[in-house]
Amino acid sequence: MSTATKPLSTRRSRPERSRIKSPYPTWFYIPAGVFYLVLFLVPTVVSFYFALTRWSIFDVEFIGFDNFVQFFQEPSLVKGFVNTFVYAFLTSGLKVVLGLLLGVLLTSQIIARGFLRSVIFFPALVSTIGVGVTFKVLLDPFDGLINQALASIGVDGPGWLTDPAWALFSVALVDVWKGVGLATLIYIAGIVAIPQEYYEAARVDGATALQNFRFITLPLARPATVTVIILSLIGGLRSFDLIWTMTRGGPGFTSDVIASVIYKQYQAGFYGLSTAGNVVLIVVVAAIVVPISLWLNRKGADA
Amino acid sequence: MTSADRVKPRGIVIGTVAIVLAAIVFIVPFVFIFLTATKGQTEASLLQFTWPTEWLLLDNVRQVLETRNGILIRSFVNSAILTVVSVSIMVVLAAMVGYVLQRRQSKWNPLVNMLVLAGLIIPPAVVPTIWVLQGLGIFKSMGGLIAVHIAFGLSFCILLFKAFVATIPRDLDEAALLDGAGPLRLFFSVVFPLLRSVIVTVIVVQAVTVFNDFTYALYFLPGEENSTVQLTLYNFQSQGLNQWNLLFTDVLLITIPPLIMYVFFNRQIVAGMTSGAIKG
Repeated sequence: MSTATKPLSTRRSRPERSRIKSPYPTWFYIPAGVFYLVLFLVPTVVSFYFALTRWSIFDVEFIGFDNFVQFFQEPSLVKGFVNTFVYAFLTSGLKVVLGLLLGVLLTSQIIARGFLRSVIFFPALVSTIGVGVTFKVLLDPFDGLINQALASIGVDGPGWLTDPAWALFSVALVDVWKGVGLATLIYIAGIVAIPQEYYEAARVDGATALQNFRFITLPLARPATVTVIILSLIGGLRSFDLIWTMTRGGPGFTSDVIASVIYKQYQAGFYGLSTAGNVVLIVVVAAIVVPISLWLNRKGADA
Repeated sequence: MTSADRVKPRGIVIGTVAIVLAAIVFIVPFVFIFLTATKGQTEASLLQFTWPTEWLLLDNVRQVLETRNGILIRSFVNSAILTVVSVSIMVVLAAMVGYVLQRRQSKWNPLVNMLVLAGLIIPPAVVPTIWVLQGLGIFKSMGGLIAVHIAFGLSFCILLFKAFVATIPRDLDEAALLDGAGPLRLFFSVVFPLLRSVIVTVIVVQAVTVFNDFTYALYFLPGEENSTVQLTLYNFQSQGLNQWNLLFTDVLLITIPPLIMYVFFNRQIVAGMTSGAIKG
């Protein structure tokens, strides 16, 4: 499009061109740009410098890569790094699987679809702190409703949030509980957009419900899958508030993630180390989300 | 949608099973919040899923609102100010960007598109942001938190506006220009009103996001006395006070605004939150 207008503008004489202003002024970018530049772009760029410093309330001292060395040597910090990946991939994997199943269920001929959609989606709108507080009580190893219910059918429930082997996993499950409704709605939108002709043709060919799912719904709902994966990876990698409310990274540091390490180091006054964690997070998110979205979107275009 | 009238028997069975499961998994936690919020202190501390022996919801609400000289009321006022101001500014500024970005083809477009996507993907660098806020003298102030929410929320809004502006015919712009409208008149009196439906979507989604935000309040407006509702709930919880009935009354109270939003703007919220598929 821009190539078509170019010859026109070069043919115009100079005074005339300055008189005919575009009705879409570039300065419309400026007000938003100021907020974005000052509070997002500048902090992001300077973080790469501050990550290389020993930085406290009083002074800033350049120390090279020491913060990063510490970040990848201290077991508590490494644990947070590893957990970030576990948490993000676990939550987005579960959201894809459960969201797809619920999406198929809630677009099929069942009663109370609208009601079920609303019920499953509503947790997405409740504050994370409220959800965290509630589930912390429900997951209590002794008095918690969940373990009491399990005990009544003879199962000895684990100490969900107190057992180091379970803590991160439990928080991830609550994250899925809160986020699966959104994934389901994205899938519903994707499935509804599939032309009915495909299913009709499949019925003529005598396809089973499972074949319908495998060869029509699954491949054609691909854009929805891409959206769910990318959204939940972006959210999962930077996840902080749910983990912080439910376990504060504990017991010990077994459920720490990068975002909670950043906060802990900030609270302890190690601003440089905290910022180094932040740079690691920025790099991790960019290095995972950008290639995945490019790859998923390209493969989608080929199909 | 009208296909509901040919529900098969099998659909009724699966539907019933699904309703029961959904009830257990998704409704029981909310019933638990409500029941605990209606109990007395000793009964609530048992954390049982039982019917309250006395209904004390209103007492609990009064008590929680009176806690520490009405700290919760103050935090509700703060959250309301934060949400209204930051969302209003965000909507106008993002609409301006989305509009020009869609309408005008220039060499800046790829850069602006990339910055918008970066704003959506890249997690903010918190401590350097505090450093900037301190430099500006607005750290630990409501103004600072509002500015931060605007900066971090713009990208999402811009994408929605840009996609919607594409559906408004350019003929309309040309007609307005022929009638002598300048760029400002064109945008604010002709185009902006036509964005109504997407404005509603952006407002409700961002209002819920800002109202529910905890992380940015924790970093940029910390403290006990003058904070947002989410931070107040968090403080109540971490002070380990054993008044579970009051804690859950607080949870119940801060769930009401998003619930009201959902009841009235169900369609817009769903449209906005599932619009992640929009490509830049």
